[in-house]
Amino acid sequence: MKVRININGKWIEEETTPSEKLLDFLRRLGYKSVKAGCREGDCGACTVLFNGKPIRSCLMFVLQADGATIETLEGITPEDGLHPIQKAFLEVGAVQCGFCTPGMILTTKALLEKTKHPTEEEIREALKGNLCRCTGYIQQIEAVKKVVEENE
Amino acid sequence: MNSIGKSIPRVDGDVLVKGNPLFVDDIDIKDVKFAKIMWSPHAHARIVDIDTSEAEKLPGVIDILSYKNVPRIPHTTAGQGYPEPSPYDAFIFDKKVRYAGDRVLAVLADSEEIAEEAISKIKVKYELLPPVFDTEEALKGEIIIHDEPEIKGAYDPSHNIASSVEVEIGEKEIWERQEVIAESEMVLHYGQHVPLEPHTVVTYFDEYERLVIISSTQVPFHIRRMVSILTGLPQSRIRVIKPRIGGGFGAKQELVLEDIAAFFTIRNRVPVRITFTRAEEFISSRTRHPMKVKVRLGGDKKGNINAIEMIALSNAGAYGTHSGTVLYNVGSKTLPLYNKATYVRFSGKAVYTNLPVAGAYRGYGAFQGFAALETAVDIFAEKIGMDPLLVRDKNHIREGETSPIFKALGEGREGTEQIIGSCGLEEVIKRGKEAIGWEKRTKERDGYGIGMALSMQGSGIPLIDMASVTIRMNDDGTFFIYAGATDIGTGSDTLLAKIVADELNIPLERFKVFSSDTDFTPFDTGAYASSTTYVSGNAAKEAAKKIKAQLIQVGSKMLGEPEDNLYIEGDSVVSKITGKEVTLREIGVRATYNNEQFQIEANASYVGEVSPPPFAAHFVELEVDKTTGLIHILKYVVAVDAGTVINPKLAEGQVLGAIANGIGYAIMEEMKFDKKGRTINPSLISYKILSTEDMPPTEVIFVDTYEPTGPFGAKSIAEVCIDGPIPAIANALYDALGIRLFSTPFTPEKVLFALKEVER
Repeated sequence: MKVRININGKWIEEETTPSEKLLDFLRRLGYKSVKAGCREGDCGACTVLFNGKPIRSCLMFVLQADGATIETLEGITPEDGLHPIQKAFLEVGAVQCGFCTPGMILTTKALLEKTKHPTEEEIREALKGNLCRCTGYIQQIEAVKKVVEENE
Repeated sequence: MNSIGKSIPRVDGDVLVKGNPLFVDDIDIKDVKFAKIMWSPHAHARIVDIDTSEAEKLPGVIDILSYKNVPRIPHTTAGQGYPEPSPYDAFIFDKKVRYAGDRVLAVLADSEEIAEEAISKIKVKYELLPPVFDTEEALKGEIIIHDEPEIKGAYDPSHNIASSVEVEIGEKEIWERQEVIAESEMVLHYGQHVPLEPHTVVTYFDEYERLVIISSTQVPFHIRRMVSILTGLPQSRIRVIKPRIGGGFGAKQELVLEDIAAFFTIRNRVPVRITFTRAEEFISSRTRHPMKVKVRLGGDKKGNINAIEMIALSNAGAYGTHSGTVLYNVGSKTLPLYNKATYVRFSGKAVYTNLPVAGAYRGYGAFQGFAALETAVDIFAEKIGMDPLLVRDKNHIREGETSPIFKALGEGREGTEQIIGSCGLEEVIKRGKEAIGWEKRTKERDGYGIGMALSMQGSGIPLIDMASVTIRMNDDGTFFIYAGATDIGTGSDTLLAKIVADELNIPLERFKVFSSDTDFTPFDTGAYASSTTYVSGNAAKEAAKKIKAQLIQVGSKMLGEPEDNLYIEGDSVVSKITGKEVTLREIGVRATYNNEQFQIEANASYVGEVSPPPFAAHFVELEVDKTTGLIHILKYVVAVDAGTVINPKLAEGQVLGAIANGIGYAIMEEMKFDKKGRTINPSLISYKILSTEDMPPTEVIFVDTYEPTGPFGAKSIAEVCIDGPIPAIANALYDALGIRLFSTPFTPEKVLFALKEVER
């Protein structure tokens, strides 16, 4: 069966099956920034923006995304240079292995679209579903604060 | 360029932050087939028969591997220098399974779903054997886990002893003269590394019919050697590629999947992919060694520690990979800290049980040793009524000093003497004390407390870990750095580039680092034992010196000036006499195309003769809710002496990550088993690691020292900080509530239970 999904600003029509997960679908189409860390909805590495909201693509069937707008990290990366969130993550050392980074950045983007000046508590609350084993989170929180400051 | 000590973003950061397809699973391989492994449901059993007939009928099933069709070669899965110090007690597939989660067989199919369906149709007949889960029970030898005659290198398989160590320095009569005895026995639980990227591998034959293994590994060269030995293919026909890796922490210092994928590819001439599920990562990769560590200190009321005894009983799980080396490190990486003691005894055993396999894990024994040692020191201080900082100050090792332990204990064998060339312990204690506000400590047991602990580690394994780095210049004056050193997210590519750029005084942007590909990067033991900064860093610096000589040599001819007049700055070789200069590009063009042509290229290897320890002081301020028993860490301060810090932002990330992992293990993470030895919480919802909401505010302080043998004075940073959270939190809990917890993790239940005991 066919679905029609807007991925990173482009509508596509693509074959899928009732059991195919959005994670596998996106990776199959080449959106490899969407990472499979647990496939159980616990780690957040597969986070994408679904109509602007961060969701776990490993828990969603492709059919549920029919007609929806999906954004992956590929979609927010400019052709030249980096998105301000990407830049901040890189500059403060918030990227170590980089496996959780795409999900973290997308969650941050959704947070900052909703809340322009999040408190540290709000940042921690927003990112709590994106697990990271390398960094201890302090630098990611710092990165989000840096983006907020630079937006001023 | 003088970039040492200044923070720069990681050199692979821009591509990582864009989410480029850099990881094993992101690399699409045409017509790849998928393998799944059948895991033993039983903790201890013999396989009587395997009936695969139904599975073979399933369309899409390609091949099935089991003990019936692979060679029986005893080996260790530990990715260590060769010959490995770990016992040879593992087989690709065996007729016996030794834990619930052990390999039984593997199926190759067109898809993972078909492979899984095939596994469900395979009938395995087991003869169940009684399992043993407790180390002390196992030592009785009533149940023997490794009864295979081929086992090699295990200490005493008939009593399930994988490894054993016994070292005594000084006269034990000294104990009779001690005014104060303090003891701590810490029982440490099963914990898992939880790299965000699970183990994953893809194998295929290239157009030259060579076996290519793209693997999420910390040890590409060891993997090549092990796969060569197991498959019979010479190393010249195997290529191991390590792309970007999603974390390792020791779990990937192992042969976990590569042998199975290799056999399937060789037998069927097809590309093969195997990726662990999260549950498989928990149960069937590797864990930290659970351990009982008992420390007894003898001293006087003035605060002198004169005698130390440490006894460790380590649970190896079903196989002895890393069991001896981790065990040795419990003592070797901790006991030198208090080198004023004239009597030191270390005794340990690593014991097989029918539980998941323990392996390498950041901290590697020192983690377990310090949990007991640093709580014992706190108890000692309490007994004599002295500030624990003062006790440590009186007894800790200092620059210019040594410890007999360095010689007596190595990694699974005797060690190497060393005199401490750099030690910032006084400074880390002082700075940490100020930052936490040590004077806020009170005698009140009101739930608010401050505690601290020290830790140290090493920098590589002396006389064993070898690293090699090759630098090559292109004719436009840019460079490639080929490093066997395995960046697994640690930032070692960045660090090596900085060291080379700084030594040459050439801008960092001109260097591109490749790590690691066994076909064209030179040998490196891999990313483990806190070795990369020190061992690989020294190799990089030596290679850069050779490149410098070549550049000056060509420059000298081009400028017509003696070599001694010349130096490198920025993009040019410059004469300090005439001020004339020639660019790197011009040098490259001449050397490549014009006169006396040669490839500007150099290689250097390095083996450490010593393993300079980094040091850290950990301070925890916490509050305990007396009604729920919940520990709330208000602030964590860690002051670190890592020698010269090459790249502070990335080093800080290493420290913070280690602290987070250490806190997680100390208070919330735990693998649990049912009565049959089956893991009951193999998921991230039931095995809790820290999230953003759990990570306490943490202050990282670097104290500058200069290690004379390190590159630009640097020592390691990777492991030393994970060793502190357990004892620091335990000591803070005592300060807060007057309770001593001797069993990790420090859960609310244990806190409440201990509180009831105290109140009684």
